[in-house]
Amino acid sequence: MNLQTNYLGLNLRTPLVVSASPLSEELDDIKRMEDAGAAAVVLYSLFEEQLKQDRFELEHHLTHGTESYAEALTYFPEPTEFHLGPEGYLNHIRKAKEHVNIPIIASLNGDSMGGWTTYAKEMQQAGADALELNIYHIPADPMLTGAQVEQTYLEILESVKSQVMIPVSVKLSPYFSSLANMAQRLDLAGANGLVLFNRFYQPDIHLDSLEVRPNVILSTPQALRLPMRWIAILYGKLRADLAATSGIHTAHDVVKMLMVGASATMLCAVLYRHGIEYIRTLEREVIDWMDEHEYESVAQMLGSMSQQHCANPIEFERAQYVKALHSFKPAHA
Amino acid sequence: MNRTQITIDANEAVAEIAYRLNEVIAIYPITPSSPMGEWADAWAAAGKPNLWGTTPAVVEMQSEGGAAGVVHGALQTGSLTTTFTASQGLLLMIPNMYKIAGELTPAVIHVAARALAAQGLSIFGDHSDVMATRATGFALLCSNSVQEAMDFAVVAQTATLNSRIPFLHFFDGFRTSHEVNKIELLTDDDLRAMIDLSKVLEHRARALSPDHPVIRGTAQNPDVYFQARESVNRFYNACAQVVQDAMDQFASLTGRQYHAFEYHGAANAERVIVMMGSGAEAAHETVDYLNTQGAKVGVLKVRLYRPFDAKRFMEAMPATTKSVAVLDRTKEPGSAGEPLYLDCVTALHEGLSSGWGELQAMPKVVGGRYGLASHEFTPAMIKAVFDNLAQSKPKNHFTVGIHDDVTHSSLPYDAAFSIEPDSVVRAMFYGLGSDGTVGANKNSIKIIGENTNQFAQGYFVYDSKKSGAITVSHLRFGPQPIRSTYLISQASFVACHQPIFLERYDMLSPLKPGGTFLLNAPWSAAEVWPHLPRAMQEQLIEKQIRFFVIDANKVARASGMGNRVNTVMQVCFFALSGALPHDEAIAAIKSAIKKSYSSKGDEIVAMNLRAVDQTLEQLFAVNVPAQVTSQLLLPPPVASTAPPFVRDVLGKMIATRGDELPVSALPCDGTYPSGTAKWEKRNLAEEIPVWDSQVCIQCGKCAMVCPHSVIRIKVYDPKHLAEAPPTFKSCAAKDREWNGLKYTIQVAPEDCTGCGICVDICPAKNKSQTRLKAINMTPQPPLRESERDNWNFFLNVPEVDRRLLKISSIRQQQLQEPLFEFSGACAGCGETPYIKLVTQLFGDRTIIANATGCSSIYGGNLPTTPYTRNADGRGPAWANSLFEDNAEFGLGFRVSLDKQTEFAAQLLTRLAPAIGGELSQEILKADQRDEAGIHEQRERVAALKYKLSKLDSEEAQQLLPIADLFVRKSVWIIGGDGWAYDIGFGGLDHVLASGRNVNVLVLDTEVYSNTGGQMSKATPRGAVAKFAAGGKPAAKKDLGLIAMTYGNVYVARVAMGARDEHTLKAFLEAEAYDGPSLIIAYSHCIAHGINMTTGMQNQKAAVDSGQWLLYRFNPEREQHGENPLQLDSRAPKIPLEQYLYSENRFKMLTKSNPEEARRLLKQAQLDVHDRWHFYEYLAARKGELPKEESEGIDG
Repeated sequence: MNLQTNYLGLNLRTPLVVSASPLSEELDDIKRMEDAGAAAVVLYSLFEEQLKQDRFELEHHLTHGTESYAEALTYFPEPTEFHLGPEGYLNHIRKAKEHVNIPIIASLNGDSMGGWTTYAKEMQQAGADALELNIYHIPADPMLTGAQVEQTYLEILESVKSQVMIPVSVKLSPYFSSLANMAQRLDLAGANGLVLFNRFYQPDIHLDSLEVRPNVILSTPQALRLPMRWIAILYGKLRADLAATSGIHTAHDVVKMLMVGASATMLCAVLYRHGIEYIRTLEREVIDWMDEHEYESVAQMLGSMSQQHCANPIEFERAQYVKALHSFKPAHA
Repeated sequence: MNRTQITIDANEAVAEIAYRLNEVIAIYPITPSSPMGEWADAWAAAGKPNLWGTTPAVVEMQSEGGAAGVVHGALQTGSLTTTFTASQGLLLMIPNMYKIAGELTPAVIHVAARALAAQGLSIFGDHSDVMATRATGFALLCSNSVQEAMDFAVVAQTATLNSRIPFLHFFDGFRTSHEVNKIELLTDDDLRAMIDLSKVLEHRARALSPDHPVIRGTAQNPDVYFQARESVNRFYNACAQVVQDAMDQFASLTGRQYHAFEYHGAANAERVIVMMGSGAEAAHETVDYLNTQGAKVGVLKVRLYRPFDAKRFMEAMPATTKSVAVLDRTKEPGSAGEPLYLDCVTALHEGLSSGWGELQAMPKVVGGRYGLASHEFTPAMIKAVFDNLAQSKPKNHFTVGIHDDVTHSSLPYDAAFSIEPDSVVRAMFYGLGSDGTVGANKNSIKIIGENTNQFAQGYFVYDSKKSGAITVSHLRFGPQPIRSTYLISQASFVACHQPIFLERYDMLSPLKPGGTFLLNAPWSAAEVWPHLPRAMQEQLIEKQIRFFVIDANKVARASGMGNRVNTVMQVCFFALSGALPHDEAIAAIKSAIKKSYSSKGDEIVAMNLRAVDQTLEQLFAVNVPAQVTSQLLLPPPVASTAPPFVRDVLGKMIATRGDELPVSALPCDGTYPSGTAKWEKRNLAEEIPVWDSQVCIQCGKCAMVCPHSVIRIKVYDPKHLAEAPPTFKSCAAKDREWNGLKYTIQVAPEDCTGCGICVDICPAKNKSQTRLKAINMTPQPPLRESERDNWNFFLNVPEVDRRLLKISSIRQQQLQEPLFEFSGACAGCGETPYIKLVTQLFGDRTIIANATGCSSIYGGNLPTTPYTRNADGRGPAWANSLFEDNAEFGLGFRVSLDKQTEFAAQLLTRLAPAIGGELSQEILKADQRDEAGIHEQRERVAALKYKLSKLDSEEAQQLLPIADLFVRKSVWIIGGDGWAYDIGFGGLDHVLASGRNVNVLVLDTEVYSNTGGQMSKATPRGAVAKFAAGGKPAAKKDLGLIAMTYGNVYVARVAMGARDEHTLKAFLEAEAYDGPSLIIAYSHCIAHGINMTTGMQNQKAAVDSGQWLLYRFNPEREQHGENPLQLDSRAPKIPLEQYLYSENRFKMLTKSNPEEARRLLKQAQLDVHDRWHFYEYLAARKGELPKEESEGIDG
């Protein structure tokens, strides 16, 4: 059985890739991912905003209350050196590359154009095989237009592409007025891959404390439908590879995503639920399914159920229930 | 040789040398020497090598006594060893010092000399501590300045190796230890040239070793001890020459020539001052000035005080000397004179009879005391000493610098006398601790010191309070070395960094005519004039002062720096003072910013640079009008209605004029009235909490957590509202037991520090705007007047009868009046709510023994103190003995009270016929377990006292003053973890084992908070603290578990922010328990690197993560067949990481040493797991009835 796939120019043994999450914070866990059969790992994201906040926070706490009282002019020893940049993350890339053979894809969330490009270059230098841009922005400002938001995405991508040689993918949110157009523009701007879709922290209200508490909700199998639709629509229309993330919980989900056109199927919630070793189970079940249905390779099924290749492409664009006779086909179809 | 010029303080200068020349460094924190240990520890953590390429082993001990023991041991086994200490710490080293000297062991102890605790504690500088060691056999070498401190650190090390006599090298605490000065840094080559390796090897050869064993430390009998003691004489006889040789060798290397006794002044001087320490430098410059005026005076600086070489002393004394004043910076009550004086008198007599030196006849010799506890010592005072010497009968045993109107020891002096030349720029800066003023000024000194040929000096005066602290920086720059070891009194530049100071301080008095005044204020140059107080306007006009204004807060905010106006004001200073050409100054400031902040990240550098660039366009000159227009007068420091002592004595201290108080104004035995903090209205808070009665659920939590007792609750009859001010708030009390009564939460607006912890804890939310609670922070200035009226009205509403309160309910308990209020603790302090709770519950019958530390400072630092009394005049009686003996001190209270109570009972029994048998019996058998019982007993005792007053017997006279002891007294022993876990642990252990009824409250901040956050054994694994720069590798000591092993000690571990009702229950049980009780209270702290507003959330997270278990171990439960241990917190429910990394003390290790942080986090999480399961096991054990009882049941 040939499960090989090509994503971002990387030859992957299977389409099973670990998506960006805290699961990849420990080197031992990355080794376990490889041992369990992960074809590649997207590392957890480096957040430039977090680094900045850490620097301000450290400065605040090292100075707060100092030089006020004669007996306690400071409260902390001050080392000559702090690791306040991305060193930890870059070391993590280096160590991962030293200890595993599968591709390591770095993930970056910048807060400034300088941050995007600088850190992207450093990640490349550290040995990342590819880069996933985790462009994460809630446009709450009513004065900000959709066009401006889109332009920001493109500028980030173009800047990073101009600075690095390794492949670059963009992890997208589904919240664009015209996702297909956005995808095409990113494609034209040089994206090597699009990852559909990003999952954001969603605020919740705690009724006892009357507080807003943002947290991340692990995806459910139902979440699969949204990326599946859009991958199906986009497949064949872009040069960029497509990767599916959100809601892939079973071998069937993997197969479906491959069929609509995802070169890589990214796993997160399922690994939180069942453990990293579950990658092996998924792989076996995918093989079993392919065996049972007499598929020989992933390449064979890739995009087979995309809008381009499926029997009823209009279904991917249907947004509302329309009563229609199954037998009726419009004349122009 | 070209040596680097650096601007540092003496602590750093000395540590720099001591570190390079030693292999083992034993440390323990004590002000003002702590920074030396901190430097050593930080360098060792960074792997910095010493002179011989190895990193010294730095070990923190449990006390200075422990450190001395380690020093002794390390020396005996051949290591080059040092330690740093001061004051009480040095006293604790004395026993070992005798041993080290007796065994002729080369070593140097570096001491930032400090006052000793007598009638009061003082952290400031004098020679009392050093003088207490002069009999130990250590050589005593004194340095007078920052440069000398560095130089003598190596001279001492050289001399000790060459002489075998151990050295105590000392310099004045704060005045030298903390003065920043431009000095020349000694190189490794210098040190190599000074240290004779063969002497090091000789030291090694004397080491204890099983390979060439010896016995040292024998017990000696009357036959030989004496002779053996005399066997060291030749070493002492040779020592002065060894020191001089080292000084000469040092001079050949550096050009700086020192002498054991060093004379400076007129060759034909007739009047000579002999002294040592920083004051000698002020005398040096005063001598120069007076000699230019035609005087014939000099100063003889004593460098080597022990061994005292009388011959060298005589040889240094000018032949023309007619009168000598020997000045001591210490006091020995009851002596024939202070020690240096006595030594000099002896030396003069012996020297003249021996023909040493050129002096032919005995001069007049007088001794005097000066500068105790860093009391100012100025040229004016020095001139007064010389003037005294000019008298035909100069006053002897005098004091100078104070006004002794009791025993008339003091010399008069002209305070206006100044010798400061105009070539020296003299700048003063008034800032808040929180605005970065001191840091910026230290930076400015470095800039000037390191970028120009100018000499630079900085000295900083800090507040006695920890919250809202004011700082005054004194900076001097000039073309000559600066010897002015006193505060600036004639400034050429004054800057006010906070407009609030305008209404508090007369900042322009020290500004000389034509000087420059810089004000940070929100007003433009055109607007500022009417906002100035009248006295300031007058001085601006009269002195023709150049006046500039800038809205530094606006610039700082725009630059992203919040309230830290330091960089902005620094730029203004350089622009106005002309200390450097403008462009050079800006470039130097920017360079310094990059150097200081680059390790903290580009953003921090960038915001400071933005502030530099935006400053000058906001700096404006003010055209000073010709007319005074202001009617604003500086308010008196305390209200005119205050008691006379508060108004006339403490008020002067508040107004920073305590120096003017005469001896007669001060209590002779250190006894001060309680309840004085309420008179010092500090108005610190920009915002204060405002109560919303509609939203309030009347839970009492806000009052409970308030660190400064500014939130008070009363429930009262509606009739009391008749005269209420218009904005006074009240509502119906919600508790069913308070039907028909009114309820008010009132804030003391002028005492609040604005920490906001009350708002954070408030559980009630406004249903329409959930960001609002039942108590909300609101700007103070518009509310100040009305809330002041409300507060004063509130105080007159009667307190609720304590007997009616259900004290197990926080809602009701918090109506108890706190008898601890408005302390000087940090805003948001985590300790003070526990102390307040003690005073609410038991304060009217409590005696507190308080260990030295934060709680003794905010509890007892002058001018005003927070322990107070109720309307009946009762309240906590409080005393601080020492750091190390607090448990024993408190046990002394208990034993004494019990003894006197027993005696009182015996007297009462004897007097029963006269008193009445019924009353006597009722008193002796009274049930005082609750407030009602105590109230009734008080009434009985009042009746007894009345009857006793009518009796004429001796027994009645004896019983009357101790009759109050029939009312149960509660002894509380309070201190921090440094005391309980480390220095006082031995005593605490003994006291707990004593079985006596004392209540020990450990305010566990998990570091030595008061001295700046050094590691204690309470510090948790993985926390960064001073002396644990690499993260504490070991787990926290389980003090509670140790105490439980006695079986008869009540032990509770509490965290108010996690479970307040549990805290309350533990305090009640502990006090009720008739035996020793120990409460270990989690106290969040500024030294944790947290947001103090949300400190209670940190407490909760500590408990939720399992880092801090809540439990109570009550031995009484065993009597009922129950397990004495009750585990009161649930199994850990959040990952430890979530709690730890909400605090900088843990998180910063992830930034300085990520690998180690990760390792320690894993271990700490394992600690949590193991601890929980261990305690769960202990708490799950079945209780057993006591043996006899269970046998009875079985049988």
